[in-house]
Amino acid sequence: MSELLLKIENLSKSFGENQVLKDINISINKGEIIGLVGENGAGKSTLMKTIFGMPVIRETGGYGGSIKFEGKEIDFKSPFDALEAGIGMVHQEFSLIPGFEATENIVLNRESTKNSFLEILFGERIKKLDSLEMEARAGIAVGHLGVKMDPKTIIKEMPVAHKQFTEIAREIERENTKLLVLDEPTAVLTESEAEILLQTMKRLANEGISIVFITHRLNEIMKISDKVVVLRDGILIKEVETKKTSAHEITEWMIGRSFSESEIIKKVTENKEILLKLDKLWVDMPGETVKKLDLKIYKGEILGIGGMAGQGKLGIANGIMGLYTTGGKLTFKGKNLELNKPKLPLENGVFLVSEDRKGVGLLLDGTIEDNIAYPAIQIKNEFVKRYMGGLIEWVDKKDVEKNALKYIKKLEIRCISSKQTAGELSGGNQQKVCMAKAFTMRPELLMVSEPTRGIDVGAKKLVLETLREYNEKYGTTIIITSSELEELRGISDRIAIITEGKVAGILPPEADIIKFGELMVGIGGTDGKN
Amino acid sequence: MEKIKSYIETMGWPRIIIALFLLSMYVIAPFVGLNLGTSLSDTLIRFGMNAVLVLSLMPMIYSGTGLNFGLPLGVEAGLIGAVISVEMGLTGVLGFWGAIIMAVPFAFIFGWGYSQILNRVKGGEMMIATYVGFSSVAIMCIMWLILPFKSQDMIWAYGGSGLRTTISIENYWQGALNKIFPMADKIPFGEIIFFGFLAFLMWGFFKTKSGLAMKAVGANPKFALATGVNIDKVRTKSVIMSTMLAAIGIIVYQQSFGFIQLYLAPFYMAFPAIAAILIGGASVNKATVINVMVGTFLFQGILTMTPSVINNLVKTDMSETLRIIISNGMILYALTRKGGKKNGK
Repeated sequence: MSELLLKIENLSKSFGENQVLKDINISINKGEIIGLVGENGAGKSTLMKTIFGMPVIRETGGYGGSIKFEGKEIDFKSPFDALEAGIGMVHQEFSLIPGFEATENIVLNRESTKNSFLEILFGERIKKLDSLEMEARAGIAVGHLGVKMDPKTIIKEMPVAHKQFTEIAREIERENTKLLVLDEPTAVLTESEAEILLQTMKRLANEGISIVFITHRLNEIMKISDKVVVLRDGILIKEVETKKTSAHEITEWMIGRSFSESEIIKKVTENKEILLKLDKLWVDMPGETVKKLDLKIYKGEILGIGGMAGQGKLGIANGIMGLYTTGGKLTFKGKNLELNKPKLPLENGVFLVSEDRKGVGLLLDGTIEDNIAYPAIQIKNEFVKRYMGGLIEWVDKKDVEKNALKYIKKLEIRCISSKQTAGELSGGNQQKVCMAKAFTMRPELLMVSEPTRGIDVGAKKLVLETLREYNEKYGTTIIITSSELEELRGISDRIAIITEGKVAGILPPEADIIKFGELMVGIGGTDGKN
Repeated sequence: MEKIKSYIETMGWPRIIIALFLLSMYVIAPFVGLNLGTSLSDTLIRFGMNAVLVLSLMPMIYSGTGLNFGLPLGVEAGLIGAVISVEMGLTGVLGFWGAIIMAVPFAFIFGWGYSQILNRVKGGEMMIATYVGFSSVAIMCIMWLILPFKSQDMIWAYGGSGLRTTISIENYWQGALNKIFPMADKIPFGEIIFFGFLAFLMWGFFKTKSGLAMKAVGANPKFALATGVNIDKVRTKSVIMSTMLAAIGIIVYQQSFGFIQLYLAPFYMAFPAIAAILIGGASVNKATVINVMVGTFLFQGILTMTPSVINNLVKTDMSETLRIIISNGMILYALTRKGGKKNGK
């Protein structure tokens, strides 16, 4: 079992100035299952892309160090070369053809063929498909996985788990697959389905196929992997045999701090007035699904919402605003607020600064001043001047400009004039325009999603300070959703961690960072109770 | 130099080329024996006839519902209004306004139904609109035959029922808008003033809250949704506005032309109007009143001038050929530049 399959030595990779991988050394033996863990942006996917020969790596200047596969230095010009060499990859998103049968998907472009006379005329590509042979091959591949499914089923009619199995079947059907990379294969599966998949992985490993298993669920790693590799900020923190470590220890490596067991989670005093109450809220936001979540937001607090990407933290605010199909119950200031009506929360004084600045937050072709005044005009009828005894209501351009200039000064928006189009501004300044838009609405509950994503340090500081100032000066309740835990810890009164669409737990900002980490990977925590 | 460059950029090369071409036509005209004064007045008259139809495209372009290839639907509503007005025997200004008042409710109902269809096919509006326009023509072809109109001036003389293909309104309200002005046969003051009035209303509308909401829906539906704008409602509103304006537009056209043309006449009404607004510098999702005016003038100018000048030069009739080449060519050109400046560069 100790035959070396893949050896990565001193691998480093940077995108422009940004170093994403530094000095990575990993070796993978035949038939070994490697669990690869790390926070979002730790460099997991870049590492896998490098091994798989994705063109993006080459286009951005290649990589440093060496990767040896079966003792030979690799030189993959494209994923096809990687496939040829025997590396298979199952991506997080399915790459299957929905209208095709499982069989056809599994053997696509490697179909068994029969000879026919047309071949003489048109060459090899016109060979007749041998469907019986193909079915047999697909059957074997599926059988290998140890699951029962009909290879003749059409992909789009399959349950998610079966789609996942089809993908894996396709990879192992290749005769020479030696290394299989599975990126979050269990994320879309239910527990029992995941269990079957884990068994399958074990069996494949016993047959000599090495597996790199990327997941957020540490307990799965603990269960099946032989070795755990922990990445953090592009650095290999630890490469250790699974037997010799524990989930706690791994979390510690991932987050990057040691912790003391004595940390007590502080109970938040609940004698404050509840501003917003979410009961069994579900939000059908693609990639950020919220599942029956309960949460209370107190008046005047800053609540931070954190969690891994794709766990549903962004869905909450979007659901409250009615931007995606939502169910459950929403109580705002003791009043039941109807869902899926974007105008209602706005009229009641709730405002969202969207995480999607360019897509949702701004009219890129519109001027800065129009962008800032827009919601106030539509919802609060502000900046509107009446002519001819109220018969005509025109937007008052002067007022709109005055308001914009006020915020340009206050938030230090760098622009030529308030008439510049929002699309021409840099990310940080666009974010400030979005904030100015929110402040112009003077909301009672302000929700800010990923306020500092993709903006520079100076703008970041200003954005966070302004939020705090509004909270203190006007008593605005703020929900701030962010992937950056440090940022949340710096500004929030309480921090809720969302895992798998539910509140995994709520912690005070001074709680040990390891507790946050544990909630994020789904171990410990109060599991959905406030 | 920089200034000239930026000026050209705001004008846009297609407009400059077409304007120069048109100018050269006016220059050549006297040499091939055409009266320049008559040529200019022809252009203006055609401008007056068509401007409102072109203007009617604006609301739908702004709301992101695309170029209104379903314009014939609004035209049919206008035709209904026109024949009712004639049936009632209204004449002069009264007849003209009567036609509009009769047409608008029909346009409202048609527009509402049309918008319900368009709201279900977001992203593919223009294709569907074309079919809606065409099928409305087919349905109305049947209606013209079976609707119980009685006026002797409108029904087939031999059968005693069914409307004629072309109905003269000479005795009713031809030239109703112009008659009170001097030189009515040379310069269509009435139509230009009427168009100016509607264009002013349009300009004013886009300064209001609802107008802004319409612009936002077209520019970024997600932004509009997040701002609490009801997208479907705004789109419905824009489609109804466009359809009503189209109905008014055809009535203006008829009172200048002197005839109500039924049956297949509205079939290709959409194409020249769309070509005109595109020549004027509008894109699939942006159009201004200036675009409408410049475009209508250039397009109608070329339509009047090119055939007469070229016919005099080569002695063959190719006006129809030219009309089709220009209008379809312009539409094609604009659609390849769907994103406007962003993708076009």
